[in-house]
Amino acid sequence: MSMLSQIRPAIVSTLWFTALLGVLYPLGVTAVAENTMPNRAAGSMIKGPAGQVVGSALIAQSFARPEYFHSRPSAAGKGYDATSSGGSNLGPLHPDLAKREAGDADAIRKSDGATVVPADAVTTSGSGLDPDISPANARMQANRVALARGVDPAVVRTLVDRATEQAFLGFIGQPRVNVLKLNMALDAEFPVRHAQTP
Amino acid sequence: MDWRGWAEIAFTIGLSLAIAWPLGLYLAQVWTGGRTWLDPVLKPVERVSYFAFGIDPKKGQSWFGYTVAMLAFSAASFVVLYLILRFQDLLPLNPQKFAGMSPDLAFNTAVSFVTNTNWQSYTPEQAASTFSQMAGLTSHNFLSAAAGIAMAAAVARAFAANRATDLGNFWADLTRISLYVLLPISIVGALVLVWLGVPQTLLGHVDATGLEGAKQAIPLYPTASQEIIKQLGTNGGGIFNANSAHPFENPNAITNLIEMIAMNALSLACVFAFGKVAFAGKDARALIAVMTILVAAAASTVYAAETQTPPAQHAAHVATGVNMEGKEVRFGAASTATWVAFTTGASDGGVNATHDSLMPLGGGMAMFMIQLGEILPGGVGSGLYGMVVMALLAVFVAGLMVGRTPEYLGKKVEAREIRFAMLAVLILPLAILGFSAVAVVLPDALKALANPGPHGLSEVLYAYSSAAGNNGSAFAGLSANVPYWNSTLGIAMLLGRFAYVVPVLAIAGSLAAKPKLEPSAGTLPTHGPLFVGLLIGVILILGGLQYFPALALGPIVEHFQVLHAVGGR
Repeated sequence: MSMLSQIRPAIVSTLWFTALLGVLYPLGVTAVAENTMPNRAAGSMIKGPAGQVVGSALIAQSFARPEYFHSRPSAAGKGYDATSSGGSNLGPLHPDLAKREAGDADAIRKSDGATVVPADAVTTSGSGLDPDISPANARMQANRVALARGVDPAVVRTLVDRATEQAFLGFIGQPRVNVLKLNMALDAEFPVRHAQTP
Repeated sequence: MDWRGWAEIAFTIGLSLAIAWPLGLYLAQVWTGGRTWLDPVLKPVERVSYFAFGIDPKKGQSWFGYTVAMLAFSAASFVVLYLILRFQDLLPLNPQKFAGMSPDLAFNTAVSFVTNTNWQSYTPEQAASTFSQMAGLTSHNFLSAAAGIAMAAAVARAFAANRATDLGNFWADLTRISLYVLLPISIVGALVLVWLGVPQTLLGHVDATGLEGAKQAIPLYPTASQEIIKQLGTNGGGIFNANSAHPFENPNAITNLIEMIAMNALSLACVFAFGKVAFAGKDARALIAVMTILVAAAASTVYAAETQTPPAQHAAHVATGVNMEGKEVRFGAASTATWVAFTTGASDGGVNATHDSLMPLGGGMAMFMIQLGEILPGGVGSGLYGMVVMALLAVFVAGLMVGRTPEYLGKKVEAREIRFAMLAVLILPLAILGFSAVAVVLPDALKALANPGPHGLSEVLYAYSSAAGNNGSAFAGLSANVPYWNSTLGIAMLLGRFAYVVPVLAIAGSLAAKPKLEPSAGTLPTHGPLFVGLLIGVILILGGLQYFPALALGPIVEHFQVLHAVGGR
């Protein structure tokens, strides 16, 4: 067996498998997925009342107003930049990390009147696009949201409980609340008249 | 820490073993050219492939021929992938209008995907077109994995052989593994992932206007089809920069579980298949035991580390139960810890949290798992042959103690095999410690670091460990997309793959030529708890001696700094 005899199979197999596994396979899966599960295949986009895309159920967006539940802090680009996903990459002892977390925690204590701040409220996620907050974080924000909307905090907490998804089988993963879906439900049940004007 | 976390770790490991066993028996069928239930559909495709390649699948190759074929294939793969990435702006399916990659980045990326490393110096959603993701990266996720599994098949045949030179045919192995194993599992797995929320579309991106009026451009790719083979083939290269922490790649706890099982199952299946083909089922189960024990220990260590008091959360007076910096809410500590142990033990390198922000012992454990040689259970195929090399060293050590010529699976292990085994295992520390030592004295190289102090050293060590170990995960604060890092990491990846596997195939050739012996009264049994203990000892002592001094200056000293910082509570 000469070395030259291996050149043809090397080149032909690379091209052949590129066509089969790199073009046919992904296109075939795309065709089946788009026809059977169109919404999920297209990124689980959520539409508003007027039919406009307000975001993806899977991708965090920025919320700053008091009448909305807030997403976790984000290190994606300048914050919630879906074209630049990623974490802060700060090591546990990086001075910037302690400074940022302390600043965020103080601001939350002021705005939410919280006594115990859950960790996910002051830490950035690995993706910077974490669509969820912990149930403890949502309950902490419920008072502020209720006050801003002029409704009973107990009612908002009920909404939070309804929006809480439990761990799979009770022990795989963590309980969580999807921020965008919760805020959409909030707008539907307790509309804020000035919600669309900044 | 609570019982749910421990239950999740145990459940995930148990489920991957339960799936790997039948998968291994099927893989053995594919290795030996036996019949499978997919023959009616795939046999014609297989025949057309051989015809196009111009090869006879029944014609066996010597170890040298097999090696040459594997190297020729890898070289061709590299060239095609390099050209696709370099000139993606001239190719179709570039809705993002990305420019071609720079020469050093295209080199680094092509090497990375051909060596099954999948290190990424670039931010994919800002640099890789849909065509590059599909035709470039998805296909090499398959092919580098298939090449790894093919070499494991060759090693298995060497142990089965009795005075033979034939290790099988590389082209037939590559084709059969791609068609009968990787492709069907990927098709089913990709559709399951879409059903669970992973996107699969050629749209490019969608513009959204948020509830508060902010504009958000959301990039979209055919994600599911790449995500499944990325895990199944222990590749680990993300479609997005955040990798499997990104909610599009890994939207919930169930996809997380599926992806973890996928990244371990086939590597473990290779060991079961090895046992079947080399007539050494019991011995293969001992190797599985070693892998399982060490992965479970690593997952537990990371879980314990990530539920330590994190200093920044401590100082900010927020809840300190879990280090949440860099973690996703849907995963939390236990899902992340299990993933960290799996992805570094299996040479996958995909991440579901930022490793740079792990606690010192969490990140240190991740690094140590890679440094142990990517054999727990390692990359697909490469984990098996790496573990066999360790087993050869273990019987050699035992042989020295009792003064007999060691045997493994009926093959006498002599000077030639041990020389090649040492050559292989010394490549990794040479690349990891050598390149790290140079980088830390070059001021220009150190500009890439994101963290000060011992954590900065960890970023350097992790990068070269990941590259040489063909893992691909990173302490991603390191800004590696500059010519120096792209080039040196690329060279480390090449050494870790090819300088390792050529001696391994030489060992296979030399073992195949020896007679297959029946075990005698003086043969050390290589399947009981004694051997499992011996092998674990050899792995840990070898890894500890090589890397402990460097680790002591990085994660270990940082751990004591953390204890000092939270000492008040």
